[in-house]
Amino acid sequence: MTDTPLLELKNLHVGIPKRDGYLDIVKDVSFSIMPGEAFGLVGESGSGKSLTALSLIRLLKKPLKVSKGQILFKGRDLQTLSDREMRGLRGERIAMIFQEPMTALNPLKTVGRQIAEMFVLHRGMGWAEAGRKAVDALASVKVPAPEERVLAYPHQMSGGMRQRVMIAIALACDPDLLIADEPTTALDVTVQDEVLKLIGELCAARGTAVLMISHDLGVIANMCQRVGVMYSGRLVEERDTYDLFAAPRHPYTKGLLGALPRLGTRHGAAGRQRLVDIDGLIKDREALLQEFCFQPRNTIRDPRLRADGAA
Amino acid sequence: MRRFNLNLWLGGVLTLLVITGAVFAGYLTSLDPVFDANLMHAEEAPNGQFWFGTDEQGRDVYTRVLYGAQISLTVGIVSQIINSIIGLSLGISAAYWGGWWDDFVNGLTNVMLAIPSLIFALAIMAVLGPGLPSLLIALGLTNWSWTCRIARSSTLSLKGQGYVQAAQTLGYSDIRIMATQLLPNMVGPILVISTLGIGSAVLAEAALSFLGLGIRPPFPSWGSMLTGARELIVVAPWAAVFPGLAIFITVLGFNLLGDGLRDYLDPHMRTRQ
Amino acid sequence: MLRFTMRRLLQMIPTIIAVALLIFVIFSVVPGSFASSLMADGKTASDPELLARLNEQFGLDKPVYIRAWEYLSGLAHFDLGTSFRTREPVLDVINDRIWASLKLSIAAMVFAIVIGVPLGFIAALRPGSVLDSITMIGAVSGLSMPQFWLGLLLMYFFALVLGWLPSFGYGGGDLKYLILPAITLGVTPLALLARTTRAGVLEITNEDFIRTAHSKGMSNSRVIRWHLMRNVMVLVVTTIGLQFGSMMGQAVVIEKLFSWPGIGSLLIDSVSIRDIPVVQGTILVIVLWFLLINTFVDIIYAAIDPRIKQT
Repeated sequence: MTDTPLLELKNLHVGIPKRDGYLDIVKDVSFSIMPGEAFGLVGESGSGKSLTALSLIRLLKKPLKVSKGQILFKGRDLQTLSDREMRGLRGERIAMIFQEPMTALNPLKTVGRQIAEMFVLHRGMGWAEAGRKAVDALASVKVPAPEERVLAYPHQMSGGMRQRVMIAIALACDPDLLIADEPTTALDVTVQDEVLKLIGELCAARGTAVLMISHDLGVIANMCQRVGVMYSGRLVEERDTYDLFAAPRHPYTKGLLGALPRLGTRHGAAGRQRLVDIDGLIKDREALLQEFCFQPRNTIRDPRLRADGAA
Repeated sequence: MRRFNLNLWLGGVLTLLVITGAVFAGYLTSLDPVFDANLMHAEEAPNGQFWFGTDEQGRDVYTRVLYGAQISLTVGIVSQIINSIIGLSLGISAAYWGGWWDDFVNGLTNVMLAIPSLIFALAIMAVLGPGLPSLLIALGLTNWSWTCRIARSSTLSLKGQGYVQAAQTLGYSDIRIMATQLLPNMVGPILVISTLGIGSAVLAEAALSFLGLGIRPPFPSWGSMLTGARELIVVAPWAAVFPGLAIFITVLGFNLLGDGLRDYLDPHMRTRQ
Repeated sequence: MLRFTMRRLLQMIPTIIAVALLIFVIFSVVPGSFASSLMADGKTASDPELLARLNEQFGLDKPVYIRAWEYLSGLAHFDLGTSFRTREPVLDVINDRIWASLKLSIAAMVFAIVIGVPLGFIAALRPGSVLDSITMIGAVSGLSMPQFWLGLLLMYFFALVLGWLPSFGYGGGDLKYLILPAITLGVTPLALLARTTRAGVLEITNEDFIRTAHSKGMSNSRVIRWHLMRNVMVLVVTTIGLQFGSMMGQAVVIEKLFSWPGIGSLLIDSVSIRDIPVVQGTILVIVLWFLLINTFVDIIYAAIDPRIKQT
């Protein structure tokens, strides 16, 4: 591994424009990913992980915008690229897999055609050649009978198969970075493992770096060398996966780990160890800007967790 | 925070305008729409005395347009009420009772949808002859299929709900359940489709009267005024402009009101056009 | 596909029979016989002998249910009866007129599609823009306008004031005569198409697979061509079909206004002289057209949307 990071986020803020400046939803997030490394971003829904990911490939929906900070990919600031340059990177160098395999594919096009688009777009191939490459791509994600399956429509496939198609599309051009936004959340528990393993194997084999986003610490623990914990728009902790599990620092991380069932301990019965839940809900975002970042949840009160200065 | 609903407001203002014109026609003009003909003033362009000009018999177009609103609104509202009653009773009972009755209603609805409602109304008018009562019947019997469909599908989804089953266990009669448990829960969508229905009934009345099958001259229906105006269009274009404008404003009002109500009641609800 | 088509065509038959019966019944409940109304204008109205002879000639002396049966079995052999006035077979009378109606309907529909669909598309790609607002205001106005009034104004302006186009008539097939009636008839479907296209585009642009397409690195115009267009067309095709199907019915008033020799003006003329067999036949043809077009749309729909099972 070299010393220059593949991706580096410096004080990233994402927000909605207001009359006076921005209402930030993602605040001051910085982390970096080395080439070939798997980095996990964990946090509950609404914590800003997906927005962080979408801002990386500049696909934030209006009116959301990057309000401050830098996103450096191979040392170049993505903010400064033209739309055309950015399109060249998307799919080619930075690919993305989304949560919903049901809706992420066009229902009116065969999966083969949707894979082949990648080769037409980025490799300048004709449709016939791209179609043949699509069969290989489908085979590489271990879809049985790929020559027939390229002609199938998304609705004729199971959720797991569709997610494999998404992986085939994402990895079609051997990107440097794969962003996987909750890739297994919508899948059956039995399929989740297979899909995760597939992503892990393929990326390791190709040296593709992964940014794995999940609310599930178990998923991250299996795949990633390092983890960032997001809470309420901030990156509250960023460590080696092993260290994080061994000795979480931030109270929220402790809460997350406490909520994780573990083998070897028994829950429920009186006197035994119980699963801990984190009390309260994330409060109204506007209020969060002014108040204590973690205060609404009343089990932990720590004066260091002020909104204007992270712990 | 609700967004300002322009459709609702604009539609409300326009319909209110038309209703005011119809209700207070007698106060807004001193002339009679039928008998105040004065050949001395025939085919006069709009002026201070005759705001919308006069027709070939020297009748005041403004007066006739005002009284025309009475006819249009009567036809539109009454026929839509008949349509709603038919559509609701067929739709709710079909879904509630199911079985052969449901099949029958479904088949009937499909047949009704296949015949363009204007053509159907035209056939009935041909049989009954022109006049207001025939119009109410013809337009009231031919435009209930969408209401029926909506009533049927809402009933199907409501039937399984706890409170309907509770009413059944309490031994309420079927009719009572339909009227007190099912009907109140579909008021929103029915209100929307009925408002739009009034607009299309006004249009249909105008078309039928224009063809000479609806309200006959000398009575001041907007549609039949246009029949007369067609012959005069070169010498008295105003006689064609104002009645048509009145139809347009009325229908536009009800359409906007319907769209606005739909947005107001449920921003996600969509009916197929 | 062929089986699907056959099945859809066969499904029309019960509806046609029901419609034919319904129309027949409506015209049979008229108080007094057709023959007497046929003669009502002449001085022979009180001649009982002639009345009886006419009744016999048209088979009106038989009971209603026998006449209904005869009418339906006649339909099975494409026999729509005989015109009271011209004594010609109704089918021939309609055949003389239907081509003019078809010409008008097709011209109006082409006008509506060529302008309405692109307008809705452009409006939706720039929601909230001036063009978008104008399109939407225009659409709701077009739907609220009495067509024959618009036709009257167009006739006044373009034919009588400017003298560019003939005001009414068929002109022996001269295309100049087609322009005004076609535009008049096309305005309502145009408005509706602009509206549905716009709604369709807005709906599809929010779909996940459009985001996927962008994440592949596609340019906007490619996303539109490869992923938006066809999906929107699936939505629009239904509206086109419904409008085209009901066009013959809507054309009645327009044909009368412009003295266009189609089946619409035939219907109105036959109503006024109480030529009942022609009235029944014309209405039946209008309904048949509606059913045929709808069946055709279902078949197209099945061809372009793989989610629809063709069994």
